[in-house]
Amino acid sequence: MSKQNEEQKSNKRRRPRRVSNFSEIMVSVVFFCALFLCMSVYLVKFVATSEQDMINNSYNPRQEILLSRNYRGTIFSRDGEVLAETKLDNDQNETRVYPFNNLFSHIVGYSTQGRMGVEALANYYLINTNTSINNKVANDMAGVKNPGDNVYTTLDVQIQEVANEQLSIYKGAIIVTEVSTGRILALVSHPDFNPNEIDEIWDDLIQDDSSSVLLNRATQGLYPPGSTFKIITALEYIRQNPGSWKNYSYQCNGRYVKGDSRINCYHGANHGSVGFETSFAKSCNSSFANIGMSLDREAFDKTLEGLLFGKELPLTLTYAKGSVQISDDMTDDDMIQTSIGQGKTQITPIQLNMITCAIANNGKLMKPYVIDKVVNDEGNTVKNFKPSAYGYLMTEDESAMLTDLMVSVVEKGTATKLKGLSYTAAGKTGSAEYNNIKGDSHAWFTGFAPAENPEVCVTIIVEGAGSGGDYAVPIARRLFDSYFKEKPMTN
Amino acid sequence: MSEYIIELSKYFICGLMICYTLCNFYAFRYRGASGKRPVYTIQNILLFLIQTFCFADLILLTEDIQYLFLFGFVEVFLLMALFLVPTIYENCNRLLLNNTCMLLGTGLMMISRLAYDKAIKQYIIVLISLIISLLIPFIFSKVRFLKKITWLYAAIGIGLLSAVLIMGGVTRGSYISVEIAGLTFQPSEFVKILFVFFLAGALWENTSFLRVAITAVLAGIHVIVLVLSTDLGAALIFFVAYVLMVFVATRNYLYLLAGAVGGSAAAVAAYQLFRHVQIRVLAWQDPWSYIDNQGYQITQSLFAVGSGSWFGMGLMKGDPTAIPFVSVDFIFSSICEELGVIFGICLILICVSCFIAIMQIALRIHDRFYQLIVYGIGIMYIFQIFLTIGGGIKFIPLTGVTLPFISYGGSSVMSTMMMFFVIQGIYIRLQQEGERRVEQTERRTEVE
Repeated sequence: MSKQNEEQKSNKRRRPRRVSNFSEIMVSVVFFCALFLCMSVYLVKFVATSEQDMINNSYNPRQEILLSRNYRGTIFSRDGEVLAETKLDNDQNETRVYPFNNLFSHIVGYSTQGRMGVEALANYYLINTNTSINNKVANDMAGVKNPGDNVYTTLDVQIQEVANEQLSIYKGAIIVTEVSTGRILALVSHPDFNPNEIDEIWDDLIQDDSSSVLLNRATQGLYPPGSTFKIITALEYIRQNPGSWKNYSYQCNGRYVKGDSRINCYHGANHGSVGFETSFAKSCNSSFANIGMSLDREAFDKTLEGLLFGKELPLTLTYAKGSVQISDDMTDDDMIQTSIGQGKTQITPIQLNMITCAIANNGKLMKPYVIDKVVNDEGNTVKNFKPSAYGYLMTEDESAMLTDLMVSVVEKGTATKLKGLSYTAAGKTGSAEYNNIKGDSHAWFTGFAPAENPEVCVTIIVEGAGSGGDYAVPIARRLFDSYFKEKPMTN
Repeated sequence: MSEYIIELSKYFICGLMICYTLCNFYAFRYRGASGKRPVYTIQNILLFLIQTFCFADLILLTEDIQYLFLFGFVEVFLLMALFLVPTIYENCNRLLLNNTCMLLGTGLMMISRLAYDKAIKQYIIVLISLIISLLIPFIFSKVRFLKKITWLYAAIGIGLLSAVLIMGGVTRGSYISVEIAGLTFQPSEFVKILFVFFLAGALWENTSFLRVAITAVLAGIHVIVLVLSTDLGAALIFFVAYVLMVFVATRNYLYLLAGAVGGSAAAVAAYQLFRHVQIRVLAWQDPWSYIDNQGYQITQSLFAVGSGSWFGMGLMKGDPTAIPFVSVDFIFSSICEELGVIFGICLILICVSCFIAIMQIALRIHDRFYQLIVYGIGIMYIFQIFLTIGGGIKFIPLTGVTLPFISYGGSSVMSTMMMFFVIQGIYIRLQQEGERRVEQTERRTEVE
C-alpha cells in the first residue's frame, strides 16, 4: 500500500500537469532557437570566409595596428631568392627593398602607395606574425617589432628575366604558367617601374595617362585577340559539326566578300584551296570569315560564356573582364570581324593564357595562382596553397583536336620559327589590328610545350610590333628554351 | 612574462567560456535541484577564472592600477550577488542568477576596456539596480493587486512614452531619452515591464475577440508613439511581444498569422514613409558601397568581427573604438574582435539558455497571469538580443538597441535586471507553492 502511494507521489512530482498552452509556448521556443541557430551559422560562415577580406580592406584601421606591432615579411621567388624585404636600420626604421628593381614591378608590386600584386594579395600574411612565443617575448623585452610571416611565390627568376629581356623596349605583356598546376612562373608587363622609387615617382605615374605604367597589362590590359581568337571559332565549328569538320574546304583568293562587307587575309596573302587544318595553321582570315558566317550564333554565345567572356575569372590578382558580342541581330560585318578576333571583341592576356592552359590540360582549367606558401620567420610552414581546378572549359576530345590544330600551326603554319626543336610546341599566332587606318598590329602568341605532354604555357603580346609570327613566336621560343634548360624534359 | 600570459590567456578564456556554456546546457538535463548544485558551483568558479584572466590582461597591458580597483569592485559585486540572492531567496533560480552575473561581469569588463569612466558609472548603476531588484520577489510575495490594475499599466506606459516624445531631448536623432537631475533616462526600457504586465492582466482570463481588439488598440498606441520617437528597435520589440503574447494567451494561430501579415505590411509602410528606415535597409543590403557614410558603422563592426576571427586579437590588442557607439550598439562586435568569435557564440548560447530557462518556468505556471508575464519578458529579452547581435553582424538591418546586461546604458541594465527579478519572484512563488502542494499530499497520505 505505502509503496503504491510512494509511486503515485513520485509520479506526480516527476510529471506535473501540463499547462494548456504548452504547444504554443514550445512553438515560440523552437522558433527562436532556430532563428539563433541561423544567426550563429551566418556568423561562423562570415568569419570563415571573409576574415582576410576584412583585414585587407583599406578602410579597416586594424592594419595600422598590425603594422605597428609587426614589420612586413619577406617575399621570395620559388627557389628562395628575395623579391621584396623590409630592411631595418639601427634606429629600427623600415625600408621596403626590391632587389630586382623593375623586374617584378607589376607582379610583386609595391606596398607604400596602396598595394599591388603579391604585396596586396599576401598583405594579410605579411603583416601577421606566427613567430614563436619565445621570440615574441624577447622582442617585447627588447622593444622591437615582431617579424611578419614570409611568403613564397611561384615566380621563377630566370624565366622572368628572359621574358623581361625579350619584351625589351616594347609595350606589352608576357605570362608563363605551369599547365598541370596553374602556377604563374613569370608575369611581365611593360612599361614597368622601379618599386624601390615608388614614393618618389608616384605623382608622375598617376598623372601620366598616356603610358599607363601602373596598369598590369597581363591581367588588366584589354586587347583585340586577333587571330588567336580563331582557336575559339575553330572550337565552336568543331562543336557544331562534330562529324564533318574535317571535310571542310574553302577556296581562298585573299579576301572574303559578303554584301557590302569585305575582309582581307593578312597582308593580302592568297591561300588557295584550304582545308580546316590549313585554314587554322595559315590563319586564313577569309576562310574563318566563311566558317564564322556558318555558325549558329546562340550556341556560339554559350561557348564564349563557357570560356569566361564577360565573367568573373578564377583569379585573385586584379583583372579586367574580357568582352565579346555575338547575337542573332548583329550585322554580317560584325560577325565576320568577330570570327577572326577583330571588331568589338576584347580579351586580357591572362584570360587567353587560361584558355590555352585548359587546352593543354585535357580541357581542365587550373586556377592560376602566385602565392605558394606562407612560412614564419623560422621557416616553418604556416599555410600551403595547393593547386585547385576551376573545372572543364571543354571536353578532352575537343582539347586533343585543338592541340593537333595548334601543332600544325608550328609544323606548317605561322609559327614555324618553333619548328625542329628538341620539344614539340603547339600554339596560335595573332596579329591584332588596332588601328584601322594604318594597319598597325599587336603581335600575339599563345601556346604550350611539349605538345605530347604539356608542361608550360606561354602567352605573349607585343604592342604595335607587327605580325605574331615574326615578333611573338621568337619570344615564345626563348621562353620554352629557358624553361626546358632549367627543367629538362622527363621523357 | 606578461607576453606569455597575454598570449595564452586568450585560449584559456575561450576554453573556460566553452566549459561555462556547456555547464548551462548540462544543467538542463537534471530535473531535481540537488543534481544541478555542483554544476552551478563549477559555473561560479569558471566565471571568476574568466574575470581574473580578462582583468589580468587589462592590468598587464595598460599597466594601469585603476583596473585593479575596478576588478576588485566587480568581483565583490558578483560574489555578493551570487551569495546574497540565494541566501535571501532560498528558492531562486540559480541558472538565471549565474547567467545574469556572467553577462554583467563580461559587460562591465568590456566597458572598462572601452572606456574606463563609463565602467564606473555603469558599475554604480548595476549596484543600485541589484538593490532595487532584490526587493521585487519580496513585493511579489506580498502584493495582491497586481492583477487588478491592468489599465493603469497601459495608461502609465503610454503616458511616459508620449511625455518623452513631446519633451524628450535628442539622442542620435531619436527622441528616446529625458534628462532628470543630470541622469539620462530611457523610459521605453521601463515601459517594457509595464507593457508585459498590462497584456498579462488584460488577457489572463478574458481572450474574447473584443478584448484582443482593445489590447490591440492600446498596444498599437505604444508602438506608434515609439515609431514617432524614431525608436524603431523598441517599437519592434513591443510589437513582437504583443503578437506572441496574444498568440499564447488565446492559443489561436490566426492571431499569429494576422500579426505576421500586419507586421510585414507595417514594415513596408515604414520603409516607404521614413527616410531613416530606408537608409538602414540600404546600409544593410550593400554597406560596402556606402562605406564612407551610411554603411560606416556596420562595416566597421564587420571589420571588428572579421579581424577578431575565432580566438580574437586579444584584449587591448584590437581597435574596437573605431566603431561609432561601440559600447552601446556594437558591444558584441567588440567582444568578438578581442575575445574571439568562439567566445561570442558562447555568449549567444548563454543568452539562448537564459531564454530556455525562462520558458521552462513559463511552462510550469498554471496561473495564466504570471505565466504570461514570464513568457512576455522572455520574448522581449531574446528578441532584443536577436536585433542587436543580428544588426551588428549584418544578419538583419541595424535597429540600434542594447545588448541586455552587457551594453553600456543605465536604463537598459536596470530594466533587464528588474525583469529577471520579476521572473525570479514568480519562480520563487512557484517553488513555494510546489512545496506546499507536496506537503499537502504528504499530510493527506499520512492521514490515510
